[in-house]
Amino acid sequence: MSVFIIRRLMQSALVVVIMSFIVFSGVFLVGDPVEILVSDDADQEEREMMIKSMGLDKPFLVQYGIFISKAIRGDLGDSFVFQEPALLLILDRMPATMELAVVALLIAIVFGIPLGVWAGLKPESLASKSIMTGSILGFSLPTFWVGIMMILLFAVVLGWLPSTGRGDVQIILGMPISVFSWDGFSHVLMPAVNLALFKLSMVIRLARAGTREVMHQDYIKFARAKGLKEQRIILVHVLKNILIPVVTVLGLEFGGLVAFSVVTETVFAWPGMGKLLIDSIGLLDRPIIVAYLMIIVFLFVLINLLVDICYSILDPRVRLQDIKS
Amino acid sequence: MTTAENNMESEEKGYEGVQTPLRRFLSDFCEAKLAVVGFFTILAIALVAIMAPFIAPTDPYDLATVSVLDSRLAPGEAMMNGTTAHLGTDGAGRDMVSAMIYGLRISLGVGIGSGLIAMLIGISFGLLSAYAGGKIDSIFMRIVDIQLSFPAILVALVLLVTLGKGVDKTIIALVVVQWAYYARTIRGTALVERRREYIESAVCLGLSKNRIMFRHLLPNCLAPMIVVGTMQIAHAISLEATLSFLGLGMPQTEPSLGRLISNGFEYILSGKYWISVYPGIALLVTIVSINLVGDRLRDVLNPRLQK
Repeated sequence: MSVFIIRRLMQSALVVVIMSFIVFSGVFLVGDPVEILVSDDADQEEREMMIKSMGLDKPFLVQYGIFISKAIRGDLGDSFVFQEPALLLILDRMPATMELAVVALLIAIVFGIPLGVWAGLKPESLASKSIMTGSILGFSLPTFWVGIMMILLFAVVLGWLPSTGRGDVQIILGMPISVFSWDGFSHVLMPAVNLALFKLSMVIRLARAGTREVMHQDYIKFARAKGLKEQRIILVHVLKNILIPVVTVLGLEFGGLVAFSVVTETVFAWPGMGKLLIDSIGLLDRPIIVAYLMIIVFLFVLINLLVDICYSILDPRVRLQDIKS
Repeated sequence: MTTAENNMESEEKGYEGVQTPLRRFLSDFCEAKLAVVGFFTILAIALVAIMAPFIAPTDPYDLATVSVLDSRLAPGEAMMNGTTAHLGTDGAGRDMVSAMIYGLRISLGVGIGSGLIAMLIGISFGLLSAYAGGKIDSIFMRIVDIQLSFPAILVALVLLVTLGKGVDKTIIALVVVQWAYYARTIRGTALVERRREYIESAVCLGLSKNRIMFRHLLPNCLAPMIVVGTMQIAHAISLEATLSFLGLGMPQTEPSLGRLISNGFEYILSGKYWISVYPGIALLVTIVSINLVGDRLRDVLNPRLQK
């Protein structure tokens, strides 16, 4: 087991290093930071001083080396625009994004599983067919357009929900959270539903496929033969067995939710790190772009590592195969 | 499509002489009414996109005729030059109908173009990986694994931040995002097909590796590729729209549907709904139609579900 974990840790570290190189060299080509930072009427001497003080006169590989050695110490550079450490700026926005992603995930689970099970139990009924057509729509609809339509309907025409921002926040366990007040909740609702739509369709499809498969298994027939109530069969025997694939996929997809919140946050002006990224791209604020991408790479590698380790605990074959190869 | 039919032909010719594979494929496909509707919708949309210069009432790129005085007219109002803007005009005074037809052209072009290039690259790498096996296989698949563990939208975003705006750059970004899906799919199928007798006999005949790979292995692996290809094109169109919405991808001078929606977003709070709503509906109809056809193709081309 520990051999497996150590191997995977080393692989993950390698991926982080490779990705840091790709990200750094990619963003290195973007814009000219001197143009942004130096005022227009600065003379040549001031410009050169600026370039020197930022280390932009050094060769690319040296700059990368400096970046890495600083990054290991937790310093991803200062934002050109805010003049503050980029890492702190992003970490400051992170709770908002995480809150949005968690609420969206909950919506996908709470609505997706019952709808999917229903569609799986009665595949021929009209309700099930509408659920499945709806899920195709959920896959097809471009998230950002649905967001705009939601704003148009609920904020402009009906005026029920606010269209932008985060509303009241309360400090809970040291993190600003907005779901627990009515004002905050009304702000979270639309973006969270918007972000959840895609995953919701996925959960419905997974739950339906799982239910249809499980219903033909012998243990369901046995439970029926024992004379158990239909309710108990569905809630205990079916649900337990379809949850495994659903939970696995959702675990993997949580990172996807965080990444896709870039779009939802832009539509609803939600003050999370995705909005910060898009704003920084517009302002050519290199350090923030690099820091955001590094955090996301780290997050994804971490999620994949955890999933791999969980798998190897649940299914020893994975572990053995890996050691053999 | 023809390759899929050839594929089925080889399997069925022996015992089903009366029913040609083409007819069988068509009748299977047509069993789902929605898929047929989807197919004809795509056909109509493609026609409109190809014929854009002849159909569109005005030329949205012609700066001489586009006038700012026409900007944000409501649907049905008359423009300065006398033509009625049936779906209104956008912030720059472009007639929405024309802008959408041209936008559709760009969205479809970028989606299909990037899908086909990615398919070519994916097929080459996937086949090579499956046929060569060993070290080459594990290196390629490691790359594919790592790439697929990051969400498409972020990979495309980073690429476009680096590359800048434009049709070519958007296509490059979408190709990089998509090739791995094709490579993984075809490798999976090819690994199974490789063990079949016809490959063995081709090897015994002393045919060259390239010939076996592209003339024997490839045609038998195409059915799943058609399904993945259809779904990926829908995905690419949606992704391009999203990137354009975020201000990357297509430039303001050549607006795709996503860019048009993005332009309209500024005016949505003041109730000028048409600039965002109509291009969105066009986008939605396109993507849903492609997905409906893809969904049906998956059922029809899947040998496990065949009666």
